[in-house]
Amino acid sequence: MSTINFTIDGKSCKAKPGQTIVEAAKDNGIYIPTLCHFEGLKPAGTCRICTVKVGGRNMAACTTPVTEGMVVENKTADLEDYRKAIIEMLFVEGNHMCPTCEKSGNCELQALGYRYLMMAPRFPFLFPKRTLDASLPKIVIERNRCVQCLRCVRGVTTADGKRIFGVVNRGGHVEITVDKDLTATMTDEMAQKAMDLCPVGAILKKEVGFAIPIGKRKFDSKPIGSEIEKA
Amino acid sequence: MASLDAVVKQVVSKYKNDKTRLMDIITDVQSELGCVSDEAVSQIAKLLDCSKVDVEGVITFYHFFTKTPRGKYTVYLNNSAVANMKGRAAIAKAFEDAVGCSFGRTTSDGIIGLYDTSCIGMNDQEPAAIINGIVFTNLTQDKVKEIVAGMKAGKDVKDLVKEYGDGANQSDLIRAMVKNNIMRKGPVLFAPYDQGSAIKAALSKKPEDVIEEVKIANLRGRGGAGFPTGMKWEFCRKAEGAKHYVICNADEGEPGTFKDRVILTELPHMLFEGMAIAGYAVGANEGIIYLRAEYLYLKKYLEKVLEDLRAKNILGKNIAGKGFDFDIRIQMGAGAYVCGEESALIESAEGKRGEPRNRPPFPVQKGYLGYPTTVNNVETLCCAVRIMLEGGEWFAKMGTAQSKGTKLLSVSGDCQNPGIYEVEFGTTVNTLLEMVGGRNAKAVQVGGPSGTCIGKKDFGRRICFDDLATGGSIIIIGPDRDLFEIVHNFMDFFVEESCGWCVPCRAGNVILKQKLEKIMSGKASTKDIQELEDWCKIVKATSRCGLGQTSPNPIYTTIQNFREMYEAKVKKDTDYVSTFDLLAAVEESCKAAGRIPKVEEH
Repeated sequence: MSTINFTIDGKSCKAKPGQTIVEAAKDNGIYIPTLCHFEGLKPAGTCRICTVKVGGRNMAACTTPVTEGMVVENKTADLEDYRKAIIEMLFVEGNHMCPTCEKSGNCELQALGYRYLMMAPRFPFLFPKRTLDASLPKIVIERNRCVQCLRCVRGVTTADGKRIFGVVNRGGHVEITVDKDLTATMTDEMAQKAMDLCPVGAILKKEVGFAIPIGKRKFDSKPIGSEIEKA
Repeated sequence: MASLDAVVKQVVSKYKNDKTRLMDIITDVQSELGCVSDEAVSQIAKLLDCSKVDVEGVITFYHFFTKTPRGKYTVYLNNSAVANMKGRAAIAKAFEDAVGCSFGRTTSDGIIGLYDTSCIGMNDQEPAAIINGIVFTNLTQDKVKEIVAGMKAGKDVKDLVKEYGDGANQSDLIRAMVKNNIMRKGPVLFAPYDQGSAIKAALSKKPEDVIEEVKIANLRGRGGAGFPTGMKWEFCRKAEGAKHYVICNADEGEPGTFKDRVILTELPHMLFEGMAIAGYAVGANEGIIYLRAEYLYLKKYLEKVLEDLRAKNILGKNIAGKGFDFDIRIQMGAGAYVCGEESALIESAEGKRGEPRNRPPFPVQKGYLGYPTTVNNVETLCCAVRIMLEGGEWFAKMGTAQSKGTKLLSVSGDCQNPGIYEVEFGTTVNTLLEMVGGRNAKAVQVGGPSGTCIGKKDFGRRICFDDLATGGSIIIIGPDRDLFEIVHNFMDFFVEESCGWCVPCRAGNVILKQKLEKIMSGKASTKDIQELEDWCKIVKATSRCGLGQTSPNPIYTTIQNFREMYEAKVKKDTDYVSTFDLLAAVEESCKAAGRIPKVEEH
């Protein structure tokens, strides 16, 4: 099939058939903020930061495919405020202590906080009691920082396709956990992949720390999304 | 008792090592062993060749599954708003006193567990509880004493049922104390008909013409969302797939609704015939009825009805000699409100966590096991039966512009005659209040917690999709009730029932509830009301499924319709009210030091 024509905030854009709004926007040099999205993984739509307006309805841009003639609203005041609110919800829902986090500077949540000029969350902190699991051979799970994006659940499997990470409980009690037997089979590469998939500092590879010095990290000098907007 | 390994092996092989039957596997293992322990999780995962987290994720998602024993007898006492209105607190205390442990716990000897549960579909006969799958209604302190004595004496729970409800509730296969409370019969659901006549009428037409007839009737889904049924069937029929499925959504979990319970009790043959009609229309040979765990007490009876219908060739092979095959199986749920959302229901029926799916694809395109699936409400499928018999035009003569036919309403709360009422769409709230004996109401909750709470000035509004939409739940709130308590109960419910998948619903509802509590405690300013309203909008706008898109409604609609109630609670002359309680903060250290704090100096 040929190219799909659509608009984002009035700008004419082109998409390939099957592309989601987030992917197509990226190809057109427009940044739609995402957190749970990871290129190559099946989109999950857990964070909702990429919420855009299509035909008067709010949709997650990471899960919605582009269709011919689609009119997408992206950078409106309402949507930008919703996004900021979601980032703030994530900060109050967990226990995030950026200065002591190994992922600081490489953390997408932190970077989004900066991009959206979050000074202090509008919501009161919930201070949940969360646990840390350092008993696994290759990785540490620091649930205080977890944003339940499910990137690890979707992206890390054993050679025969079994999920190593999974979700338990529901509602505000949802947490990431692992199949302990299967984590024993994790290689260094898998551990690195799990850490790289994690947008925050909830999954850390053991026995290596601060390999990239502060100042040379992903978001130390340029805000998240700028690589797309410059393109 | 058989060993854990043997039990798990036997159960898993009963379901042919099929991972999509995980709901049933966990249910059966739990009923044999009392819980599904880590060891059982490992065994199930091993036999199904999957990760342990897949199994654990499912167990921990559903309210009635447990990894630790909850007692030989497990009491689930409903904690919905209407239960509270009907004196739940005294019943809970009676249980605690008689059993000797508090709610949320099991006695140290492991005999009796006391647990809260969300609405169990008995709002017209509260307080009510489910004990080992058996329903106990209209509980009194005396009844509680008797029940607990029976449990302590080791009696079978079904022998503790001393009275029976009306109609089929008395049949040998149900024998429940549940009452139907049918207060008003209408022409669609409760008019008599000959079993099998509707499917015969459908089979005499082409499937496309069956869909056309439903379109002429302008039938809209009776679950609450109101999607046009004919269109849904047409999409499903046209979607490509090696197979098609019909799923009946019998997971009514909206607090205050119980209409499907009465249909399942009194009109199951009509419902199953409606599923067969839907199957013929969309090109499906298999149907699944997803039955909420709370209605487990109806399962044997429904299985018998299915058998009867097979014997009468209303279901089965070559129905009515017309070459159409269709059969139905029952899929039990395990306690999760969100499974009423059609894609979450499909996930659950496939043996997974009941998390709604991203759309597209829609269930009519890729539903159960990836096949095109139509998911319809219990009442909708019954309406289809009547439409086959009386015609679409007959049906469309009743109702309003956007809402045709009749609607079954479950009425509960502060009224003389709680129960179910089949009324024509377009009936005003005033007319309904007159009918049910609730004229002095100060508020009416239309459509359950996720619907709208209206006050007296809106009682002239009509119940229909054009105005006040409802899946059937109507809760009447009398003049002496504290509306805040009801709103708070509803928010508790949503916090508990959110699946936790998306941020706004998972975190947002907790935040909304806390803000509401701040206002209720009198430590808030006018600004807090505005913030609360704004935050409701954020959760509604950004949540993934209908649960989060409507969960702020108890707060949102009461701020709109009962703003004075909020304003009376806040301090108007200030922008900021401290929520810091100095006395409470220093209480412990003062106690240790033996000092009395002088707070007035600070």
